[in-house]
Amino acid sequence: MKGNEALAEAALRAGCKCFFGYPITPQTEISAYLAKNMAKRGGTFLQAESEIAAVNMVLGASASGVRAMTSSSSPGISLKSEGISYLAGSDLPCVIVNVQRGGPGLGGIQPSQADYLQATKASGHGDFHILVYAPASVQETIDMTFTAFDTADRYRIPAMILSDGLLGQMMEPVVFPDIKAQITEKPWSCCGHKNERKHNIINSLYLCPDELEKSVRDRFEKYREIEKTCTDAELYLCDDAQIVVTAFGATARIAKSAVDIARSKGIKAGLFRPKTLYPFPKKELNNACAKAQRVLCVEMSMGQMVDDIKLALECRISVDFLGRTGGNIPSVKEVVDKITFIGKE
Amino acid sequence: MSVVFERPHALCDTPTHYCPGCTHGIIHRLVAEVIDEMEIEGETVGVCPVGCAVMAYDYFNCDMIEAPHGRAPAVATGVKRANPNLMVFTYQGDGDLAAIGTCETLHAAARGENITIIFVNNTIYGMTGGQMAPTTIPGQVTQTTPYGRDPKTQGFPLKMCEILAQMDGTALAQRVSVDSVAHIREAKKAIRKAFDNQKHKRGFSIVEVLSTCPTNWGMTPQESLERLRTEMIPYFPLGVYKDLPVWNGDGGED
Repeated sequence: MKGNEALAEAALRAGCKCFFGYPITPQTEISAYLAKNMAKRGGTFLQAESEIAAVNMVLGASASGVRAMTSSSSPGISLKSEGISYLAGSDLPCVIVNVQRGGPGLGGIQPSQADYLQATKASGHGDFHILVYAPASVQETIDMTFTAFDTADRYRIPAMILSDGLLGQMMEPVVFPDIKAQITEKPWSCCGHKNERKHNIINSLYLCPDELEKSVRDRFEKYREIEKTCTDAELYLCDDAQIVVTAFGATARIAKSAVDIARSKGIKAGLFRPKTLYPFPKKELNNACAKAQRVLCVEMSMGQMVDDIKLALECRISVDFLGRTGGNIPSVKEVVDKITFIGKE
Repeated sequence: MSVVFERPHALCDTPTHYCPGCTHGIIHRLVAEVIDEMEIEGETVGVCPVGCAVMAYDYFNCDMIEAPHGRAPAVATGVKRANPNLMVFTYQGDGDLAAIGTCETLHAAARGENITIIFVNNTIYGMTGGQMAPTTIPGQVTQTTPYGRDPKTQGFPLKMCEILAQMDGTALAQRVSVDSVAHIREAKKAIRKAFDNQKHKRGFSIVEVLSTCPTNWGMTPQESLERLRTEMIPYFPLGVYKDLPVWNGDGGED
């Protein structure tokens, strides 16, 4: 199954009732799949007039208590950032998919990971975070879609699936897990009070500084809890690794092949792959690097995750970087060569 | 003794932040009276704009959502598509609906989105201190048109009812005023019709209410009402621009 279609099917199985989107490459198949299948399965698919309208339709649907999703690719996510900030400020759960392409500007339509910083640090104005999941296979795209909906509901927080043009377009065999979506009670939602309760208000405006500060601090308490419970990472051959390669998403698969080749050459290499980018798995990274003398960060960008790696390691270990950008993908050989070079230093 | 006048239940028992002489209070009341009369408070969700009415969520007793600037029709679309049985209305000013939210407004109308829009036009940005609005009349002095709006450089106002009447999805586009008792009664009938349309799934209904802003116009409340009559009504004529007797799309109940 194609990555984008698998994600769309997973969203349906996870109980997503509303999808609002706007056409952009390379996320196209998500919209196309849902246009074809969503109404048949009791949901609503609507092509919006803009990315901005789409994310605000998600806001409305989420505020009224249903699971809602939108998907886009890099330039479209920039347009959605206003709505993402309002969703976060209103404590509304939803899933936002970014099938990343090259940037800045109109950039290109080939795979990229250059929205790491936007997703993890600046997905809109103001003090807030969103959950960011980084799948590395079509199967994991499915699994993370379920997790994203459940965790978003549990913590009343927007969640992003940070895919890319490679994962979205590739085909792999998949198994849909036989699990039921966790249906969360939403007593806070605006779905009509039926004359049974006081009216609910969904809002992000606090004109009194103390009240705004309190709402932000309360939300950061929630983030501390999320940072304790929601981190996830894959550690591969890290136990004795002297060189740890760090990579997320599709790039991590290239890095894994490179680690295998390096091992066959007698280099003690390992792979650390964060599966959640926010919260960032700091503890897991430090575990992976217990014996490491060097770290190599590999990305499809100019090095957007490097600072997070350095900060999590508190700069105790030297961090090298190898990246391709603009829609180019690092080759296994490039990564092996870099590992070998570092190993000789 | 019988009660002859009281606060509608759909209006919260709370002081508002509106300036003295502003007509938002009248319009809020009309919407609340219609919600009461139709007995729909428990199944209604209101969507607030950014602008003077941003805090309307504290004034209406139904469930309320505060939307980003101009996005209320999109937010309302999300609520309505997720819960087609709810009654969903937006309450928006001219900057919100006719400048930053023009796209959302036009496309909600084009889709025949089954929602009700209360559009308050006072020809100025009130909350931010009186800047030129998309409905500011040629010659009108505002903070950002200190020499009067000159159409040569600042263009012309948008006449939203006239524009929306052209859309196939629009069921009702009507412009009313709240400057006199007779006009207030007419305004209420229009708002009722806009909610009735939604109940009968007739599509997109908008009631544009000409309103005053004494504070930013630099006038007394009485002078403001006079300006509404002598300057605004001639430029934005009152009337029914579109009133579809029967919704011609799918899913109509009539």
